[in-house]
Amino acid sequence: MDISFKNSVCRTLLVFSISSAGIVRAETATIAIASNFGEVARHLVDEFESISDHDVTLVMGASGRFYAQISNGAPFDAFLSADSDKPAELIESGLALSDSVFTYAIGRLALWSKDETLVQDNASALSMNGSHKIAYANPRLAPYGKAALEVIKALSLFNVLEGKLVQGENIAQTYQFVFTRNADLGFVALSQILQGGALVPGSAWVIPKSLHSPIRQNAVLLARARDNLAANEFMRFLKMPASRSIIRSYGYETGDS
Amino acid sequence: MYLSPEDMTALYLTIRLASTVTIILILVGAPLSWWLARTKSFFKAPVSALVALPLVLPPTVLGFYLLIAMGPSGPIGKVTGLIGFETLAFSYPGLVFASVLYSLPFVVQPLQNAFESIGDRPLEVAATLGADGLQSFFFVAIPMAKPGFLTAAILGFAHTVGEFGVVLMIGGNIPGQTRVVSVQIYDHVEALAYDQAHQLALLLVVFSFTVLLLVYGLQRKFSRSLFSFN
Repeated sequence: MDISFKNSVCRTLLVFSISSAGIVRAETATIAIASNFGEVARHLVDEFESISDHDVTLVMGASGRFYAQISNGAPFDAFLSADSDKPAELIESGLALSDSVFTYAIGRLALWSKDETLVQDNASALSMNGSHKIAYANPRLAPYGKAALEVIKALSLFNVLEGKLVQGENIAQTYQFVFTRNADLGFVALSQILQGGALVPGSAWVIPKSLHSPIRQNAVLLARARDNLAANEFMRFLKMPASRSIIRSYGYETGDS
Repeated sequence: MYLSPEDMTALYLTIRLASTVTIILILVGAPLSWWLARTKSFFKAPVSALVALPLVLPPTVLGFYLLIAMGPSGPIGKVTGLIGFETLAFSYPGLVFASVLYSLPFVVQPLQNAFESIGDRPLEVAATLGADGLQSFFFVAIPMAKPGFLTAAILGFAHTVGEFGVVLMIGGNIPGQTRVVSVQIYDHVEALAYDQAHQLALLLVVFSFTVLLLVYGLQRKFSRSLFSFN
């Protein structure tokens, strides 16, 4: 009798401690994510939620818009930007925590065409003659566009290509221009043209990293989420080797690779 | 106030685009809305629905489908391919085409209302006096629908100036060709150049307000002169 009493007390305590732990620990984080990272982010959140009690809500969009929204009080807990400037600006203005910033992904650039034979494994497609259009993202707004312009200049092709270049507002739109064949060629993110580790239909040249400065995508914890367990843990989770290998499988690089 | 040459180019392009589109819309919209106002044909409902359709789709979605349609394998791209244009996207003519489509309901609907409100009576009178269809359209319907034309032109112009999503999707951001003011302001905002964005936005608002003020002022004069005619 004594033993069974002890048992039931133990069990009650155990149940109580588990449930109270659940109540205290499960939190929710709302995270603003650059659209180019959307698919990977969904994958990562699935993994995260399978090992954690916390919930993560993703909001995808343009980094510049997120910056404006966060500056005006948008209720986000963390921000995965498409660049490194906007997180730095948010830290500068006291809206993000300076010790939380890190590079979660490094983008790779690719020259891509829907035409199966147009792009060889080198820059030759860029210098072909004709009235074709070449799409790249607006270099003033999009890090991938800035990198593309650096590549064009490194290859001394700017004067040749100037009349052929068209700009997408962001890398997603640049992809659309090429996908719909309105542009014959385009500088897109490698992550956009990889599906399950293989190239989507078309031809592509993965541009050597030496031709442009690294496309660093930085993440930052926002000041309002200093004590938000879900956001803090998700940021830690992003740095784990397993998460990094997921990120790499989508065509990005990570700092340690 | 300082405006960069790029801002000025964008401003000028916007005004040129809106004026061109308004003129085309009035030329296309007048016969179309006249027909819609008078016809008893079975096709009236489907055509009306088709004209109103750009109101349903969000501009970026409309722009996305225009992009697909204008591509070399799309229906518009196939037609333009015959005359040597591989794609209408990224060009001024392409922008005009898309804007006409996008602003069509804003011109057709006020015109149609204006034509419908004329009623049968004046046209019957014209017919008794020996006017044929074309004559009553030009000499009875159009003068009587003048306020409708004014409203239609204002809405078509204003809507094209304010157009953003469609241009964003098919424009390609080419200075002097497709980079209109709304896109330029958006670029400034995205690049965190808020000062430049504010200046350009302010200028756009002041310009548009002035134009609208002038036109509405004219409209008042118009309706007064109509009354005094009575």
